[in-house]
Amino acid sequence: MTAAPLLEIVGVSKHFRGLRAVDDVSFSVERGSIVALIGPNGAGKTTVFNLIAGVHHPDTGSIRLDGAEIAGLRPDQACNAGIGRTFQIVRPFGGLSVLENVVIGALRRSADVAAARHAAREILSRLGLAEKETARASSLTLPERKRLETARALATGPKILLLDEVMAGLRPVEVDAMVGTFHELSRDTGLTILLTEHVMRAVMALSHHIVVLHHGQKICEGTPEAVARDQRVLDSYLGAAAPATAR
Amino acid sequence: MRLSRGIVALALFFVAMAAAPLFLGDYPLAILILVLFAAYLGQAWNIMMGFAGLLSLGHALYYGLGAYLSAALFAHYGISPWLGMLAGIAAAVATGSAVGALSFRFRVGGVYFALLTIAFSEFTRILFDHLHWFGSSSGLFLPVTGRAGADLVSLRGPTVMFYYLLLAATAAVLLLSRILLDRRIGYYWRAIREDEEAAQASGIDVFRYKLAAVALSAGLTAIAGVFHAFYYNNLYPETIFAMGRSIELMLPAIIGGLGTLFGPILGAFVLVGISEGLTSLTAGLGIDGLKQLLYGLVLGLVVTLQPGGLWPWIALRLGLRGAMR
Amino acid sequence: MLYLNIILAGLLTGAVYALMAFGLSVIYGVIRIVNFAHGEMMVIGMFAAFALYRWLHLDPIAAMPLVAAVLFLAGYALQRSLINRFVTQPEPIQFLLMIALAMVLTSTMLIVFGPNAHNVQLDYAFDSYEVGGLLFDKVRVFAAAGALVGAALLWGFFQFTRTGKAIRACADNNLGAQVVGLDVARLYGITFGLGVACVGAAGSLMLLLVDVQPYLATDYTLLAFIIVILGGLGRIGGALLGGLLVGVSEALSGFFIDPSMKSMFSYGLLILVLLLRPQGLLGRRA
Repeated sequence: MTAAPLLEIVGVSKHFRGLRAVDDVSFSVERGSIVALIGPNGAGKTTVFNLIAGVHHPDTGSIRLDGAEIAGLRPDQACNAGIGRTFQIVRPFGGLSVLENVVIGALRRSADVAAARHAAREILSRLGLAEKETARASSLTLPERKRLETARALATGPKILLLDEVMAGLRPVEVDAMVGTFHELSRDTGLTILLTEHVMRAVMALSHHIVVLHHGQKICEGTPEAVARDQRVLDSYLGAAAPATAR
Repeated sequence: MRLSRGIVALALFFVAMAAAPLFLGDYPLAILILVLFAAYLGQAWNIMMGFAGLLSLGHALYYGLGAYLSAALFAHYGISPWLGMLAGIAAAVATGSAVGALSFRFRVGGVYFALLTIAFSEFTRILFDHLHWFGSSSGLFLPVTGRAGADLVSLRGPTVMFYYLLLAATAAVLLLSRILLDRRIGYYWRAIREDEEAAQASGIDVFRYKLAAVALSAGLTAIAGVFHAFYYNNLYPETIFAMGRSIELMLPAIIGGLGTLFGPILGAFVLVGISEGLTSLTAGLGIDGLKQLLYGLVLGLVVTLQPGGLWPWIALRLGLRGAMR
Repeated sequence: MLYLNIILAGLLTGAVYALMAFGLSVIYGVIRIVNFAHGEMMVIGMFAAFALYRWLHLDPIAAMPLVAAVLFLAGYALQRSLINRFVTQPEPIQFLLMIALAMVLTSTMLIVFGPNAHNVQLDYAFDSYEVGGLLFDKVRVFAAAGALVGAALLWGFFQFTRTGKAIRACADNNLGAQVVGLDVARLYGITFGLGVACVGAAGSLMLLLVDVQPYLATDYTLLAFIIVILGGLGRIGGALLGGLLVGVSEALSGFFIDPSMKSMFSYGLLILVLLLRPQGLLGRRA
């Protein structure tokens, strides 16, 4: 076990047609930690995710996972390197069963379908979807779909799990349930998680460390308590997001 | 075993089909051959569309390559059709892979991909019209020798020989599809069919698996082309590479149920049955086009009433839930 | 000079192709259904103009508005009663429906008009204008002029009328259009009607240039695909460019190489464009 962070993002920038979506951003995620990437809409959170997951390639900078450069990989290669991700707008394989969805993720680790089914069932029960395994994914409710999406990403056996607003659209009770699930996951398996989230209640409850983006730049990072007191953050973000905090 | 009822039914079906020539004359057998051609081709096409979600409207291209290569090699050099089949499969797999690789690299998808497959197939049709080695537009003919004995090596023989060859091929492609669906590649194909981006994020090399679907489907289609060449003994680009053939070839799978295993077989029976029924119904009337009119109306009716295909609907009623897929 | 005359003839024919392809482009651009019965509708337009010529001695140019109006109503009814149910179905299912429709249309024409080719005999059929050494066939000039008028009317409709603008809004954002209370089903009906009217009008004009028979349909369907993809599916200016391009390419390859190979060049062109610029020559990248 090395002391080096699991994920290191160094000086990463990405432009879209002259727009600086991500501007010289650096941060790192320690092994076994839960880190939140927050910021107002359009701050560049999803772009950072897409850069890590190989959907976009950075113009400059480097992204290292476990010491290996992953910037410039295709999404499937990034996944094989150890990046598991969920989508902000959930994308289950709608025509397939819940179990099949997760088996597809698990098949990344072993070509043996029987082994993949076994692994998929374990993950489904951890995420509370065991009873739904034969249901068609398109028939699930939104909270269930978010769990399915997480299960599929987990099944690929990632070194780090990227959660893109998995709490959005959930009721407070459901948020608390999800927070509980991720706490357990982190505690039991030592899984490293990087999440973006608007629901501050979840961010504060889950994360060990918070990185704040604004207009594509990192304006602050630190513990939840420190970030919540930071004047720049309050100015740019938390003030505007006060209603969300109240939820 | 959840599927046991389905498997028993399937076994009975194939036993009945194998016994059919004992009771049937040449004419009904010839119609069953049409059914088997349709079932086999429908399943081969289904691998691309039903499993991997890639709509090909130009499968006549692969059919024609199989038919023409094996027939020309036999006609010019007396090369066995089985070797010709290998050449035909190789050509179809290479062409399919090229069409697929170009499309997927250049990100041609959806409707554009479908239209590209038509373009390649039509391009080839006109090309073959002008290739003398393949008989150009005046046709390529195989010598018809006595059909008394079955000569399996050079595929010269009676109707019943082709019947059993096609029955075996249909059973084989059904088994192959079943096996592939249950393996990693089958799961990956369906993931790609459902959502390509999510599939990629789950670690699937989408390009590779899409290419595999095209190559496999093209190669299997070429095999039917070889049987066509040696069964009918004459080949014209206008009929072999016709747009109409590409359409006819995919109907069993759509009517039977996209992505299902038994759908193309059921679809083949239904379509050939309708077609033959309408032929005898309209034969005495002497009205050109009446049969096609009714056929079009029936097709429209079926797709309006059961857009998901006939097999899922029937399987549900037979209590074969597991076999619906 | 010979080259120029051939190119000119190709351009004029291409204008009629463009009007035909316009119809396909409008339907796909708004409803997202690929009309695989487009060539059949073209041939129906030709036969309708032919029937008017035979029974009422109407010049196909004069018949064009009438044919367009009747086909608009037919297209509207067809979309509302049948095709609208398939808007959300997967592509192969839509394809099958359109193929069934194409079969019904072709065989109906076969039953009504028979398999033989028919044409109109106009007293100006062999007249031509000469301008600065260039020869303009009179029929081609008339056909092209009719096509441009038809295209201009349609463009004006989409640009300036309330309904036209609403349809464009629908094409850009279907859900948004529903949210602001547009009657999407009605707009789809009008769009499909307009698309069919377009191709019907093109059919009337095409009757000036070629003989009509039922089996032309598939070739026209494929031709329309080539044209709209060359220009960019769903782009109206693209259909015009594609039509002219294919008209000229056909005229040149038909004259210099072999008439039977002329469509091979069109397909070759199509394959190149699809691979290098899948959004079409005038299309924007998605």
